[in-house]
Amino acid sequence: MRQAWIFLTLILVLGLPAAVRAETARQSGGELHFCLHGEPKTFNPLLVEEDASETIRYLTGGVLIRLNRQTQALEPGLAVSWKVSQEGRRISFHLRSGLRFSDGTPFTAEDVAYTLKALMDPQLHSPTGDSFRSGEGQVDVQIPSAAAVVVTFPAPVAGLERLFDQVAILSAHSPKKEMAVLGPFYVADYSPGSSVLLHRNPNYWKKDKEGKPLPYLDSIRLDIQRNRDIELLRFRRGEIQLINALDSESFDSLQKEMPAVAHDAGPGLDSEQMWFNQVPSAPLSEYKKNWFRTTEFRKAISMAINRADLCRIVFGGHAHPAVGPVSPANQFWFNSSLPVPAYDASGALRLLAQVGFRLEGGALHDSSGNRVEFTVITNAGNKSREQMATMIQQDLSSIGIKVNLVTLDFPSLIERITRTYDYEACLLGLVNTDLDPNSQMNVWLSSAENHQWNPKESKPATAWEAELDRLMRSQASAISDKKRKADWDKVQQIVAEQQPFIYLVNKDAMSAISSAVVGSSPSVLDPHAFWNAELLRLGGDLALGAQK
Amino acid sequence: MSPLQKVAAILLCTILLLMVLASIFVPAPYARQFRDIPNAGPSTAHPLGTDALGRDSLSRLLYGTRVSLLLAPGASLLSTIIAALLGSAAGLIGGWFERIVLALTDLSLALPWLFLLLTVRAMLPLDVPPMVSVVIAFLMMGLLGWQSAVRVICAATRGIRDSDFLLLARSTGCQPARLLLRHVAPNLRPLFYVQFWISIPLFILTEANLSILGLGVMEPMPSWGNLLRGFENFSALAANPLRLVPLILLVLVVMCFQLVLPSQEVTQ
Repeated sequence: MRQAWIFLTLILVLGLPAAVRAETARQSGGELHFCLHGEPKTFNPLLVEEDASETIRYLTGGVLIRLNRQTQALEPGLAVSWKVSQEGRRISFHLRSGLRFSDGTPFTAEDVAYTLKALMDPQLHSPTGDSFRSGEGQVDVQIPSAAAVVVTFPAPVAGLERLFDQVAILSAHSPKKEMAVLGPFYVADYSPGSSVLLHRNPNYWKKDKEGKPLPYLDSIRLDIQRNRDIELLRFRRGEIQLINALDSESFDSLQKEMPAVAHDAGPGLDSEQMWFNQVPSAPLSEYKKNWFRTTEFRKAISMAINRADLCRIVFGGHAHPAVGPVSPANQFWFNSSLPVPAYDASGALRLLAQVGFRLEGGALHDSSGNRVEFTVITNAGNKSREQMATMIQQDLSSIGIKVNLVTLDFPSLIERITRTYDYEACLLGLVNTDLDPNSQMNVWLSSAENHQWNPKESKPATAWEAELDRLMRSQASAISDKKRKADWDKVQQIVAEQQPFIYLVNKDAMSAISSAVVGSSPSVLDPHAFWNAELLRLGGDLALGAQK
Repeated sequence: MSPLQKVAAILLCTILLLMVLASIFVPAPYARQFRDIPNAGPSTAHPLGTDALGRDSLSRLLYGTRVSLLLAPGASLLSTIIAALLGSAAGLIGGWFERIVLALTDLSLALPWLFLLLTVRAMLPLDVPPMVSVVIAFLMMGLLGWQSAVRVICAATRGIRDSDFLLLARSTGCQPARLLLRHVAPNLRPLFYVQFWISIPLFILTEANLSILGLGVMEPMPSWGNLLRGFENFSALAANPLRLVPLILLVLVVMCFQLVLPSQEVTQ
């Protein structure tokens, strides 16, 4: 008996430290699994234009300035500090010293210069570089000292420093070219059609508050899985630990089963909207074009749509009525003085009566006696849009308007809204990833292609569109954020008054994070679930859920 | 008629009767949204509950049955007539004509019909009323769904091409058209019936597939196809198993059609 006690004590004395060591190791390591929804088209961070490559760029790329997805503030990255001057034409960086790429190549100012030259090279056709093109002429990159870089653009670039969040710095000298990275992870293996394996970058510069090197994770395996249902199934089985974006149905079903893993971060940047075709050359009846060009008609339609019901029924409460082109998630640029559109069918009828429409026998007619009826098109297979359109059908029938719904395959829909203009109204969504108003220049300028209600106008068709043009150009050339905000607030106000787009809802940013992941803090900005990947680790208490 | 066939026939008649008298039985208009009770379970006011938008499921089922059961047989009849004409003519005439018809059949079988239907749907004018677009959709299915039946009918015709009664008819100077209508068609009638009956569920399922892609019958009009889309929401299905009724009805109707079928052969 005594021998047994001695034996047990020995086991405890010898075994406990080993167990503690193992637990510590487990918490600071491990392999995180989640899914990409397509094959990454490129590993060159300057050529990224789709989600899968963007995920890899975010996890591997080292940037001079990083946008904090939680606070929406800019934070120093590879640059310790920066200064914008010459009215937004010039930016000077002071770089961190002593950093190395993942393959050991030293990081120098030459790398920054090399990256920026490549970025602005017209031969490369970098989608990231397009955001920096502000005027004719070359971009000048100077290296005044080993730790300083000065970049001068031919014309002012609004929100210049924010754009550097997308620019992953390449090595000018590494034989591994773009595979040598400065971010928390590097690409260790790629099996086409199967997975991408990222390993911890041993030379990553960041450390945690206790001085421990980051990232905590040893590796991240990104399985290529297009099917969202299979992704959800694998999450339920515990085979993957993250789902970056969830729809409301998946969110609700997960929340019922495992409340701790489903996270709704609140309204995201994406919006759903409807607009009427106002193209003068569109093959539509002239009286219908007149309706669509009438501000009161558009405002009445907007008032007669019950957005609260759309949010509650179609999105299960995981959406918010949209106010305008900027979501409340965009803390700085959102015009908070604009009222949330309220459902007011009788107010809509009063507004319509002001411009000659009248309700006769339950049907609305215009001043010439034409029955008000139009067709809304949307893309086939998108259940939530079809449901929204069906609800709008009923809402508008209450003010005597007959709405037909036609779903089209996506290419046919795009053909109609961009080339033939053979449609009356369209319901679509806008995916927004950038906070800055400049990212919406291609929507609000009357000459822009994405000015959907009347694209590529040779000159503004209305006074308010001319005013939008002026304000958009003014904010783009202004340096002071205060001035830009004032201009952009005015744009939002005009859009709310004129309703060229009838904004319907802002969907919530929802994600799923396994209880095994510690350090997560879901954000409304993309990537919602892994924006702080360097701070994530595996080994959380399964009963506690994701640590907030 | 066996007892099972009688049961199937009675069931089919009941469903058809319910379909015709739908407007009497429905608790609410099929498009009306009771927004306070989406995805509700069965109740006195809504015996089968409500769908995701709060519409009465029973009303939608009865009207959806009307759409699917009226138009699918129409499409099936059209495709069977085309197949009967082409297949029996090819089988009877034989030679180069048969080779051309079968080659065309093979060619059209190789075409991606789903994409063709999508293209045709996209080319239709947008201001077509929902009912007209439904008729056009089924018409397209009927015009495009004859190929497999042609091969079967052609093979059957080839089998009777050299039979004694046809030799006798030919020797008496019977013209090809008369041969086809008076001698070949009556002998192939059971096959035509079979092709007609088995095509009905096929067209119902094709419409269901198109509806799942959002290209079948347009909202708010119901059909079995767009009712089956409710199955995408598994949690709502688990909460209200009566949502399975459209599927059960579809299976039941297809089975009843198959069971009633042999009696047609016996009558020949």
